[in-house]
Amino acid sequence: MSLTTERERALLDKIKAKFEDVIKEKYVKPKRIRIDVSPQKIFEVASFLKALGFNQVASVAGTDYPSSNEMEVVYHIVAIDNELRDIVFALGERVSRDNPIVPSLTDVWKSASYHEQETYEMLGIKFEGHPRLERLLLPEDWADIPPLRKEFKLPGRE
Amino acid sequence: MAERTLTLSIGPQHPGAGHFRLIVVLDGDIVVDVKPDPGYVHRGAEKMAEYRTYIQNIPHLERPVIIDSSGILFPYVLASEELLDLPPPPRAQYIRIIMAELNRIISHLYWLGIYGVFVGHTTMFLWPVGDRELFIDLAQMIAGARVTFAFFVPGGVRNDIPDDFPDKAIKVCNYYEKRLKEYEKIFFYNPLVLKRTQGVGILKREDAIELGATGPNLRGSGVKSDVRKDEPYSSYDDIDFEIPVYKDGDCWSRCMVRLGELYQSMNIIKQAIKKMPSGPVKNAKRGVLKGIEGEAFARTESARGTMAYYIISDGKPYPYRLKLSVPSFRCLSLMKHLLVNQHVADIPAIYWGLDYWPVEADK
Repeated sequence: MSLTTERERALLDKIKAKFEDVIKEKYVKPKRIRIDVSPQKIFEVASFLKALGFNQVASVAGTDYPSSNEMEVVYHIVAIDNELRDIVFALGERVSRDNPIVPSLTDVWKSASYHEQETYEMLGIKFEGHPRLERLLLPEDWADIPPLRKEFKLPGRE
Repeated sequence: MAERTLTLSIGPQHPGAGHFRLIVVLDGDIVVDVKPDPGYVHRGAEKMAEYRTYIQNIPHLERPVIIDSSGILFPYVLASEELLDLPPPPRAQYIRIIMAELNRIISHLYWLGIYGVFVGHTTMFLWPVGDRELFIDLAQMIAGARVTFAFFVPGGVRNDIPDDFPDKAIKVCNYYEKRLKEYEKIFFYNPLVLKRTQGVGILKREDAIELGATGPNLRGSGVKSDVRKDEPYSSYDDIDFEIPVYKDGDCWSRCMVRLGELYQSMNIIKQAIKKMPSGPVKNAKRGVLKGIEGEAFARTESARGTMAYYIISDGKPYPYRLKLSVPSFRCLSLMKHLLVNQHVADIPAIYWGLDYWPVEADK
């Protein structure tokens, strides 16, 4: 296993050349890259990543940060059956907790569909343009706040 | 059109793997619409993980897929090792490989048993479920438990393998490789099974990638993709093995991929036993383990496909956020694609051909 990050750097430079002012580099580790973009620009960046060869969404993770009144969505994107297969690309965005609406990336990656739906349900982040923003895993009569928000406490644990 | 159709709920009673409902709309015996309805066994594993230490998280995180409990823990220990700065010693990496492959066999044999019933072949229920005991016994020799092992820990594995394990394991593998030839004759090349699975539920290569298929479902569509080869972890790059790939994308191809993986897993176990270095099996630290601030993403190839964890740590003994991304959850988007325009009688063959594990998808 190589511990250098030359390939990852070269890849990131390619993206930077096109989206210099838009993206914020978070880290470059061996086989792992993460950039953050604003929700307004994420669709363009995502389309470019797909054209580069990252053709499948492995995970969409929402995280609640009440301390900065923000919520974060991170797409982990992988490349199936091409030369980028060993790299996991993380594409993050932050949105205010007061009105958490981000664009859906299902038009770029169909594989994001159920992951986004789960994130919507568990954190209450709305994915604009998602075909199916409805209950998935929680009970149909769930009337509480989305459970992965930090103010949702497990009874008896805190 | 509306008065011609009939809406039918398949489930949510236990259809062989856990509670799950498929809502299918039928026109005659042709499926015109499908809606998967998961969530009956959602337990909030991700939320629970935020309240437990890195060690306490081990037993409950393997519950979503007890049938492949090492497979679901593997990326968890890889990700938490990165955050805890606690790499495993070389010998532990090989023991993990043995355990993960044993679990892959145990899981595939369970799948095969149920698949036999689903396509109406009762012998193929009794044989795999019986022979599966051999591998459960092997896993029990190592880990003490039969199903949920909680054997992987950050920094290595709980204990070394017993001295008599290598001989016993090689004997079982040699026996079972011969035995699998009988499986092929009676099931995989049985004309009735071929009729029920060949050309049924075709998943094209492009669709498989686009819809998010991983693991055997993806390799059954002709895509050579396996995390063990794509991004070798835990000394898998030291082991010489093949990835079975079939091009047709039908139910039979997905079956044959899993059959090929049974052979390959035994091959991997035998090699790992031979190549295993001696030495300690666990690196440990005293006191409560605290993650360094940051995040880690790890993925491995479990029995059903890519298993991935994304853990965010804020420096406390508990993860700030743990995201568990499981292969069965990704199957949900395949169901509508595969089942629409098929006969209702083909639903069992297609549905269980995906090896969808509801409890894993629900988390």
